Amino acid sequence: MKTIRIIPRLDIKGPNLVKGIHLEGLRVLGKPEDFARYYYENGADELFFQDTVASLYDRNSLHEIITKTAKEIFIPLTVGGGLRTIDDIKNVLRAGADKVAINTAAIKNPQFIREASLKFGSSTIVIAIEAIRGSDGRYLAFTDNGREYSGLEVVSWARKAEELGAGEIVITSVDKEGTGEGYDLELIRSISEAVSIPVIAHGGASTPVDVVRAIQFGKADAVAIASILHYSVMQSFGSISSDYKEEGNISFLNSGKIPKKITPSSLKEIREALIHAEIPTRI
Amino acid sequence: MQKFQQEYNMIISHKKILIIDYKSGNLFSVNQALTNIGLNVLISSNADDIASADAIVLPGVGAFGDAMNNLHNFNLVQPIKQFVESGKPFLGICLGLQLLFTESEEFGYTKGLNLVKGKVKRFNMNNNAGENRKIPQIAWNKINRINDNTWDNTPLQGIKDGEFMYFVHSFYVEPEEPVALSETNYDGQTYVSSIQKKNIFACQFHPEKSAQEGLQIYKTWASINNLI
Repeated sequence: MKTIRIIPRLDIKGPNLVKGIHLEGLRVLGKPEDFARYYYENGADELFFQDTVASLYDRNSLHEIITKTAKEIFIPLTVGGGLRTIDDIKNVLRAGADKVAINTAAIKNPQFIREASLKFGSSTIVIAIEAIRGSDGRYLAFTDNGREYSGLEVVSWARKAEELGAGEIVITSVDKEGTGEGYDLELIRSISEAVSIPVIAHGGASTPVDVVRAIQFGKADAVAIASILHYSVMQSFGSISSDYKEEGNISFLNSGKIPKKITPSSLKEIREALIHAEIPTRI
Repeated sequence: MQKFQQEYNMIISHKKILIIDYKSGNLFSVNQALTNIGLNVLISSNADDIASADAIVLPGVGAFGDAMNNLHNFNLVQPIKQFVESGKPFLGICLGLQLLFTESEEFGYTKGLNLVKGKVKRFNMNNNAGENRKIPQIAWNKINRINDNTWDNTPLQGIKDGEFMYFVHSFYVEPEEPVALSETNYDGQTYVSSIQKKNIFACQFHPEKSAQEGLQIYKTWASINNLI
């Protein structure tokens, strides 16, 4: 059998869990540790932490979050964001990550993929691709949360990453990310069919049915999900009580408004949708 | 202070569990999981530490050939074999299972520790339907009993038939002696996912990353070997 992994994705800014749209305009949702524990206890297959501003600030707070999480959570943890050197990878693995996701550093120096996969094992190295659809219909790879164009076309870049030793690819549609317009199925499928390593689909889920589509039509091997899960957790936590560090945009926490197209859905609801579609899944 | 010491002793076992560090993979999560269940864990690449350990754990990710080279370079091959012959508990995880075998098909043939007769093979690129098989398998997958074997008195005791465990691998083992404890099917290929041979228990999956059920396997392993 081949089971599909459901991976809550936690975007981190400083000490907070945040969520943006098109990877920008980040709003504070809460404490990452609380969400991580909740997802673990409710059957997440893996967790994906993305440091959203690692290239701009130091990353000590992310290391603290990872270490704290790794002590009480016994599922795989992937960490991405601003990892540029072998030492960066070493440090984040030492903090408790099992895998690392690399985007900018790999694009700037593709041999970094080879070096890192030889040193840490292919299965530790996940290549993150941020794709934006160009006006000619081609998908192009970006860095820095979709701000910088790399000059690469995504399918050939994915193939090259596999060749250089990547163990997995996470493909983000920047166009869809945070919008709740559904995954970019064409993009996901083109990557998944181009490589023989597992592909994680990310960006755009608005309902559990979107997740099913990413697997059935997009041929994804795993799905990374943020908004619909996070807003569901916030609803089930009831009132948001906490001492959020005064950093970032907390207007959402005060207003409690959920973006229009997002249907908050629990891990259980997503799993039920998969089972209904006869997609093998854990539990 | 005395009271604290008593409580401390109750929680942390005095038995010395050694994780062999031979620079093939991240030991953090294995250490974390074994410590979490109350074991006294030491990480070392020193042959003397192996000889004096009460139990050893051989983890590992990456390439078989590189890992064997590292074991040779650290002069750990003989100490590991002697430890296994001593009858003390040995736990192999993932690559630590594969290294126990006679040889691996990776890059022609690479010799393993030969503590278990058999081969290590790579998943075929295509599944039975002729489609591209995704390699490595990075997924939760079921561990199943083989025929009517029982898992009683093994580390899998108490684990339900078909329980999900977390796997990350491109190669699988094919034993040539009756050591198989569980089997798993990945996209049409059935293979042995854990083995027991006397004092050796080894698994292809990662109990330290398989939630509470995975920790349960470590606990049972420790308890049937009187390590906690």
